[in-house]
Amino acid sequence: MESENKTGKYFLALALIMLILGLVFGVLAATNYIHPGYSKSWLNFSQLRPIHVSCIVFFILIGASGCVYSGLNFIAPNKIKKPISFIQLGLWLIAIFLILFAYLNSEFGGREYWEFPPKYSIIIAAAWLLFLINFIRVVIKIKKWPVYIWMWMTGIFFFLLTFSENYLWEFPYFREHFVKDMTIQWKVNGSLVGSWNQLVYGTAMFLMEKLTENKKGAKSNLAFRMYFLGLANLMFNWGHHIYTLPTENYIRYVSYIVSMTEWIFLARIIYMFRQTLNEAEKLSHHFPYRFLFASEIWVFLNLMLSLIMSIPAFNLYTHGTQITVAHAMGTTIGINSMILFGACFEFLRRNNSSILKPSKILNFFFWMTQISLFVFWITLIIIGINRGLWQMGPQTDSFSTMMANQSSLFEIFVIAGILLMIAMIAIAVALLNTFFRDTFLKAKVN
Amino acid sequence: MKENWPKLIFVTLVLSFFTFTFYLYTSTNFIYTKEYNRPIAQRGELIWQKYNCQSCHQMYGLGGYLGPDLTNIISAKGRSEAYVLALVQTGNTQMPSYNLTEDEKKELIEFLKSTDASGVSDPRSFKINLSGMITKNGK
Repeated sequence: MESENKTGKYFLALALIMLILGLVFGVLAATNYIHPGYSKSWLNFSQLRPIHVSCIVFFILIGASGCVYSGLNFIAPNKIKKPISFIQLGLWLIAIFLILFAYLNSEFGGREYWEFPPKYSIIIAAAWLLFLINFIRVVIKIKKWPVYIWMWMTGIFFFLLTFSENYLWEFPYFREHFVKDMTIQWKVNGSLVGSWNQLVYGTAMFLMEKLTENKKGAKSNLAFRMYFLGLANLMFNWGHHIYTLPTENYIRYVSYIVSMTEWIFLARIIYMFRQTLNEAEKLSHHFPYRFLFASEIWVFLNLMLSLIMSIPAFNLYTHGTQITVAHAMGTTIGINSMILFGACFEFLRRNNSSILKPSKILNFFFWMTQISLFVFWITLIIIGINRGLWQMGPQTDSFSTMMANQSSLFEIFVIAGILLMIAMIAIAVALLNTFFRDTFLKAKVN
Repeated sequence: MKENWPKLIFVTLVLSFFTFTFYLYTSTNFIYTKEYNRPIAQRGELIWQKYNCQSCHQMYGLGGYLGPDLTNIISAKGRSEAYVLALVQTGNTQMPSYNLTEDEKKELIEFLKSTDASGVSDPRSFKINLSGMITKNGK
């Protein structure tokens, strides 16, 4: 019997551990909103926030890498160069250890979302370069790529490109003009998110092809048109982050026009809704599909929010408020995490095993995740609306008064966050349990 | 040709992206309303990053959500360089106290002067047009 290639599974297991850490530190950080400075003596907010953000970003990046490896292993069995992928995994482990250690010692130096000392980014870039090499080695032999291979390639390539661009500020030329520096910083952040979205959405396309056994969908003209629309948004729609920067008008116009093409995605979701429901009815017993279906709902909700935020007139009210946080949380938890959970349920099971059916307890945690996330998301939007009205109003209250006036909403936000953490950790632990049982116990028996 | 259309569109988009990026990198059309020392301000930006001020504070609405936006803190009513330095040194309920060296203090203040000189972050300084686009009042 041919031995199973477990490369992707190791990445997915590490990703789930990062998710658990990210959730715990997220709740610890958020508690500062209701008990200001409670953790100041042991871990202050400026340490907790980057630990939370980095763990979640690493969960998505490592999880997406695991999905690509698992997908590739299905498309072209045993073609992945194991030593390269294990060195990649080792580099990730070293980077995670050094970065978390730096945060715990209040060593920063980087920028938002990448606050760790910049020298550690070289390890991440090296790991990503190995990923690119391993990926190209396999896909170069595949003729007529389905759209998800294009998406994976785009995600890997553009991540490496924009991650390098992320450190241009190390050269004084790029820090000469503060506004230009910020423009480049948010161009990079927008494109980095677009890059990992390509990896995760590509995985969703791959899974749907596998679950529905429809091989034509991922090679259709419609799939490619949607991919190019996504790629154009990755490249040019980042300007909606910086509408209020005193930068040149062409940046606002390009972003405004490109962002409005997202209405096409929304129209497509509405048009395809009946088909999606039919699929949901047929495949609802299948746990991975449930997560994919949930992600579709979250795509719809976040796309509506994103479209509103991309209209400059509305952006004045939403920019710098918790509506932006709701959008970021809604997409990372509602879309990325749901797809990655679905992928974990599909890829972490053993070869030829029966389809993983949801137990009652897992089903309970699935619904607990969705409901608590919805409460969490809506609460952030309400807090954001209040802050938006304050920042566009006469500002008779000070910033701290405006924040204090929302204390009961922050309490709901933290409680929903705790419930969300419990539910998502329970699902992650169930998946890790499957992984460890199958990998290590089986090895022991053998 | 029919088979190659994805490759053609991909190459066109990538070339447009690089052209756009190059134009952005080389653009220098920025207006400064106040004087500041550029090299010291550039070092000050690294102090801002070293102490991870961005985790709580924003510049032009970008950054953390726990504290206020600091783009124009230097020129804000009732605020001053002395106020900023005193707050950094003593901290408050939420904010830890930071023991900055004299050079670091000078650089951080110069950085805050540079952000203040770069423009106004208050979103009320924009006018909304019929197209949904926004422009700075008076421009």
